[in-house]
Amino acid sequence: MPKKLLPLILWISIAVLGAAAMGGIALSRGESINAIWFIVAAVCVYAIGYRFYSAWIAARALTLDETRATPAERINDGRDFVPTNRWIVFGHHFAAIAGPGPLIGPTLAAQFGYLPGTLWILIGAVLGGCVQDMVTLFFSTRRNGRSLGQMARDELGPIGGAAALIGTLMIMVILIAVLGLVVVNAMKHSPWATSTVFATIPIAIFIGLYIRNIRPGRVLEGSIIGVALLLLSVTGGGWIAHSPALSGYFDLDGLSLAWFVIGYGFLAAILPVWLLLAPRDYLSTFMKLGTVILLAIAIVILRPEVKMPALTQFIDGSGPIFGGTVFPFVFITVACGAISGFHSLIASGTTPKLLSNERDIRMIGYGGMMLESFVAIMAMIAATVLDPGVYFAINSPAGVVGKEAAEAVATISSWGFPVTVEQMNELARQMGEATLFARTGGAPSLAVGMASIFGSAFGQGMLAMWYHFAIMFEAVFILTTLDAGTRVGRFMLQDLLGNVWRPMGRTSWYPSVLITSAAIVAAWGYFLYIGVIDPNGGVNILWPLFGMSNQMLAGIALSVATGILIKSGKLKYAWVTGLPLAWLLIVTTSAAWQKIMSEDVRVGFFAAANDLAVKLAAGALPPDTATVAPQLIFNQRLDGWLTLFFVLVLWVVVLDMLRVAARHLSDKPVLPVTESPHIPSRLVEDWVRD
Amino acid sequence: MFKRKLVVLINAIRHLSGDDAYERYLAHHAQTHHDEIPLNRREFFKQEQERKWSGVRRCC
Repeated sequence: MPKKLLPLILWISIAVLGAAAMGGIALSRGESINAIWFIVAAVCVYAIGYRFYSAWIAARALTLDETRATPAERINDGRDFVPTNRWIVFGHHFAAIAGPGPLIGPTLAAQFGYLPGTLWILIGAVLGGCVQDMVTLFFSTRRNGRSLGQMARDELGPIGGAAALIGTLMIMVILIAVLGLVVVNAMKHSPWATSTVFATIPIAIFIGLYIRNIRPGRVLEGSIIGVALLLLSVTGGGWIAHSPALSGYFDLDGLSLAWFVIGYGFLAAILPVWLLLAPRDYLSTFMKLGTVILLAIAIVILRPEVKMPALTQFIDGSGPIFGGTVFPFVFITVACGAISGFHSLIASGTTPKLLSNERDIRMIGYGGMMLESFVAIMAMIAATVLDPGVYFAINSPAGVVGKEAAEAVATISSWGFPVTVEQMNELARQMGEATLFARTGGAPSLAVGMASIFGSAFGQGMLAMWYHFAIMFEAVFILTTLDAGTRVGRFMLQDLLGNVWRPMGRTSWYPSVLITSAAIVAAWGYFLYIGVIDPNGGVNILWPLFGMSNQMLAGIALSVATGILIKSGKLKYAWVTGLPLAWLLIVTTSAAWQKIMSEDVRVGFFAAANDLAVKLAAGALPPDTATVAPQLIFNQRLDGWLTLFFVLVLWVVVLDMLRVAARHLSDKPVLPVTESPHIPSRLVEDWVRD
Repeated sequence: MFKRKLVVLINAIRHLSGDDAYERYLAHHAQTHHDEIPLNRREFFKQEQERKWSGVRRCC
């Protein structure tokens, strides 16, 4: 049968090509490997995962029913529920799930070498992250677009529901703090970056006024003007940085910038959305999609060589960027690029209300996460095409490699990653910065990687412009996540407090708005402040904490999904979500165990606190560290307790799910499956009834 | 041919960005609530943005 033969040959070739590319990446030692193989391997893995695994999940495990009317078709209120073209929904969904996480995580994980991160980004996405997004989208669609928290409550009971709610609130706080820290580290003592990022605020406000008052609702027009202004602000920033009179105003230390970010977050939370949040989001979405496409094109044109080895000696846990062995910390660090619990909040709630047909769930849920994982692969490439010495010089905190440039290059060169002060100075000069040493957080090294890729592909002369363009691009959508996250946190807190005292629950009552916004900003502002005063850069503490909270949320989503599968009589398919859940449970629990129990001061929170306390008491700390030591000690202990809390929440939800499953399997009463009844779709023209 | 594809693309971008939200609202309104007066453009966008940003809209 030649009709069947052609696809068979095609898929066998894709499998062989993918296996060859993966094998090349995995087995290459000693000589450098071309980045194009990463792209080939990724595309083949995604193609096979999508064509076979997602199709099987859609047909067997979930049994998508294209004759069933979706909530959008049934309710169609013209607002929340609107049947929408699948490509448009895909665009909305991807714009919502793609954030700074998959750019930062792989950049930090590159300290283990390119291999562990790359493998997990591909395998984790195809078997874990994409599955989570797809099944959550499916279950929420079958429940009129109910949120993850509501589904947890309806299907598992009040314990699961409360855990999902508290988990979401906590992850939000940690996420915003770490993102704030990334922006602060990118702007620290860089007048160019600072003035460019500052300029994005009046630009967003102008666009907000434009879309609201000058030309109401002309979103596209406003966005195009805004993007042009943003590009202009990159040039303007360079002009300010070179002006001796002006650059001083924007040459700020970390603490001043942290206070600025905190103040900004508070204002953004209490100001009307149309003034700052919504216009900034339009701009950031355009920048995000544009830059991702540009980066993909540049990598394909340029085909850069990856200079990082497949594995570094830091898989033993001694890495300078963050402490901890490759298992479990590569999984915790990559986080969003492979499995992101946060996506389950988008996949339940907003996206299911737009689906016009259930069959789109496969493309939007599974496919959307595949694209996100591809962004993570590109971030990994951008980090690993740098000279490893340069990569470590940018990302290692001064507290680990030393404050002086000579000291830092000596330490890094002694690890076998040669780098010189002259090389770093020349690079900083090319990028238009005073220094690139100890710019932790991932954003600057990603920007250097992107600038060198863009520079080689589209012209070397503008490296400094590309670098600051990349910084601005990252800052714009980090600040959007910060705005949006603070606002969501505020709503959730208002909702919680509304149960205690009714008026607090009114989302537009100003005293409640002020109090709850201040509480959320104070919560993340605290972690941001500690991160800034920490001589080890803070990212080494906050990113693992964020990773664990994110994986915890993914565990909650997968528990809810597994519970529903079992309750709907699909026990034999429960492994589809059950296996990723088990893996997340192993990873998160062992990471938490090490973070709490490890004697290594660079891994264990309590060990670090005790070590610092002993040194402080003995007077062995340098004076600048000694003044902040009490705060650092308190913070390390707090982080330890927080870790314990995260892992307990996860276990409570998993055990609750197992309890419900066991009751169901032994024919004891459980909460009923809350799926909405089957109503035939009238949008489907060809009636294919099974 | 090329022109038609361009129109499709522009419409998709308008739809994605929400540029045509008011037109879609008017069309929906005419179909379902023809006895009521629709909101004007400015009022519609005010409500639309409040609605859009009252839930989780952006991820990490």
